[in-house]
Amino acid sequence: MSEATAPKAVEGPLNFLDDRLGSTGFLNRNLKKVFPDHWSFMLGEIALYSFIILLLTGTFLTLWFKPSMMEVVYDGSYTKLNGVKMSEAYASTLHITFDVRGGLLMRQIHHWAAILFMASILAHMLRVFFTGAYRKPRELNWLIGITMFVLGMLEGLFGYSLPDDLLSGTGLRITQGVLESIPVVGTYGYMFLFGGEFPGQDIVPRLFTLHILLIPGLILGLVTAHMMIMWHQKHTAMPVKNQTEEQVYGYPFYPVFMAKTGAYFLFTFGVLALLGTFAQINPIWLFGPYDPGAISAGSQPDWYMGVLEGALRIMPNWEITAWGHTLSLNVLIPALVPLGIIFTGAALWPFIEAWVTGDKRPHHVNDRPRNAPVRTGVGMAAVTFYGLLWVAGANDVVADKFHVSLYATTWFFRVTFFVGPVIAYIITKRVCLGLQRKDAETVAHGVESGTILMSPDGKFSERHEPMRDEQRAVLLSKENARPEAPAVDANGIPAPSTKGPVGHLRSRLQRAWTFDDIPVEEHEHGHDEVEGGRKPEQIEH
Amino acid sequence: MTRTGISVKRFTAWRRRPWAGYAVVLAALAAIGVIYAGFSPRADRAEAANATQAAADLKNGQQLFNKNCASCHGLNAEGTKDAKGHAIAPSLLGVGAAAVDFQVSTGRMPAMNPGAQIPRKRPITDFDTTIKTDYEDPAKRRAAEEQKARAEKNLADLRNYITSLSAQPGPGVPAGSEVDPSKGNVALGGKLFRTNCAQCHNFTGQGGALTGGKYAPELAKSDVTPTQIYEAMLTGPQAMPVFNDTTLTPQDKQAIIAYLVQTREEPNPGGSGLGRIGPVTEGLAGWLVGIGLLVLAAMWITAKKPKKLKKS
Repeated sequence: MSEATAPKAVEGPLNFLDDRLGSTGFLNRNLKKVFPDHWSFMLGEIALYSFIILLLTGTFLTLWFKPSMMEVVYDGSYTKLNGVKMSEAYASTLHITFDVRGGLLMRQIHHWAAILFMASILAHMLRVFFTGAYRKPRELNWLIGITMFVLGMLEGLFGYSLPDDLLSGTGLRITQGVLESIPVVGTYGYMFLFGGEFPGQDIVPRLFTLHILLIPGLILGLVTAHMMIMWHQKHTAMPVKNQTEEQVYGYPFYPVFMAKTGAYFLFTFGVLALLGTFAQINPIWLFGPYDPGAISAGSQPDWYMGVLEGALRIMPNWEITAWGHTLSLNVLIPALVPLGIIFTGAALWPFIEAWVTGDKRPHHVNDRPRNAPVRTGVGMAAVTFYGLLWVAGANDVVADKFHVSLYATTWFFRVTFFVGPVIAYIITKRVCLGLQRKDAETVAHGVESGTILMSPDGKFSERHEPMRDEQRAVLLSKENARPEAPAVDANGIPAPSTKGPVGHLRSRLQRAWTFDDIPVEEHEHGHDEVEGGRKPEQIEH
Repeated sequence: MTRTGISVKRFTAWRRRPWAGYAVVLAALAAIGVIYAGFSPRADRAEAANATQAAADLKNGQQLFNKNCASCHGLNAEGTKDAKGHAIAPSLLGVGAAAVDFQVSTGRMPAMNPGAQIPRKRPITDFDTTIKTDYEDPAKRRAAEEQKARAEKNLADLRNYITSLSAQPGPGVPAGSEVDPSKGNVALGGKLFRTNCAQCHNFTGQGGALTGGKYAPELAKSDVTPTQIYEAMLTGPQAMPVFNDTTLTPQDKQAIIAYLVQTREEPNPGGSGLGRIGPVTEGLAGWLVGIGLLVLAAMWITAKKPKKLKKS
């Protein structure tokens, strides 16, 4: 990056700062930092901008919200609830909704921003996973991301529990049940959180502090770390022409990327404002105040908790009672196992992959998902696992709206919970290999031109043309499977990494990772290695 | 004393007049007539007068029953069983007019085919009291109004016929004032609804799934009338429990009706209600609309290449 002269409007303030802080060098260097350009790199930014909007709208809401479970009798603009006893938290949320100017809009934007915050984190995480962007040196940022997702789940749970409406109380009751199901310490744990028996008087003020102070503070710190590490390590890039492991190909932060990301903030804000205006969310006035004796059909949590809800719904009713104690496997397993598999698996995956493939090199160029079929297959299996549990969390809505039996849905999800991920893995891997085959063929023989030739003896054939450089760079980005290290060296000594049961496992996993890899290479005379079942004589160069 | 003496004398004098006998007989007849009219049961007389009409109505009810109901419920409404002794259709003896009115006016009966649950549908023409009558053309309007009146009469005749088959009348159709939503206590109704009804019918009466392919029907549609809601609570049709007057007093029932009607008529202050079924549709909208729009925006932004960029 050589010298570039900024416009006067920028140069002036920069000089001002430089005279005082001596920071021009830092700013100059960083303002011109080059960022690669791909639409999927913006997904994480939705989360960043939603978070900013969450902080702003959340601050607005705290000005009127009263985190208290003191019982009051409502007397306000929503006449349908006049004279009903409720907690101050619920009454003040009604006040924000119906009596504070712009209060309902702020509440709705806040809630929609929470929905989009979590959704974009998941979408961003899937992009990072399927492109292998978590590989060395970016494992730490991957772990920070997972931590933020878990914190976001808690933040959301605490947030929608605050208004103390019937739905949030139902959610808290499940939270209490889950805590209580933990062996030995469960009862103490929930008594500690609730300050006594459920629901007590303490839970709303406690969750309020956690929701507005502790967890947002943690998330803010992690967001900062996430961004700084990303800035320092540089963003990964898609395999395009001119992009190499050594040099980023893209646009400088100032002015191009700054404009793009600024515009994207406005887009995010715009979409949230549209949703907040035109789509009603969490209508607590319809749910009514929490009453431990009441419950509604279709009580679901927000989407990011749907997995837990689904696991709870399809779990058989298993309990073990011994020596006067009950172990509630029917609550404990769904609460811990599915998300445990997802999050532990996701956190360990970069290290497992590096161990299996033996690839300890830093990567700055992403993989195309088809070029790592095992990873993509495992990813799709996880998506299927998560997705099935997610839909199972809405099984009564599915049963009601699509007129199927509720028990049928439960059994469908119980079976597909085990079978679905396996099928997804197999199908995905086959699709990836098929796409690799197609790439290999294109590289070997060029692209179809659509021009049909007839030879003098009447034979028809299609002319193939060499592909463009841009496409060639993308296709040739595939790193063909490297040959395995020989299990024994020239003297018959086994390699250290293949010794013992762990070494055997690693060798087998590595073979599974690479054995059916299709090499995508340019050949000088590629006629005989044609893939895809096409006979050589059908292809003309 | 003198005055009395005079009047007694005058009375005695009148008694001796030639018309006195006739006058006494006339007065006695008039008194008997007045007393008879006062004491005799008027209904008896009305019934006596309309005996032929009532018999005709019952006959009409019986014909409707035989035509539409008897094939399953039996010619004497005693119910039918299959070869294994499982009930095909229940006995209707003593079910009450409210049950008949609910099942027939919601179109559930006559049932089309047996399933996990008999669905609500448009009543058959004989009982369809919901037909459109506001036609411009007077002839059409009169025809429609006549058909509606016939349907109402048919329904009443059928109720009376089925009620007449049993010594126990069963719960009757509630009066209009009992189901008037404007007279119920909405706040109480909301509380009762959330405690007793929402677990199956959802917060806002959108309905919900039950076990074994059954479901709690939607109450938020305007064709679910207050009378039908009242009758459903009173008689507990299909999977629904009975909420008799000791469980939910008539005032409680009216409060629930008031809550339901007011809730379904209340606009959504926050925009589209998204079906008012809670977070499932919200999550769907967040992913499809929110993430969908922002992905499109991201594609659009990244597709924009700067025209001229200084070489750096």
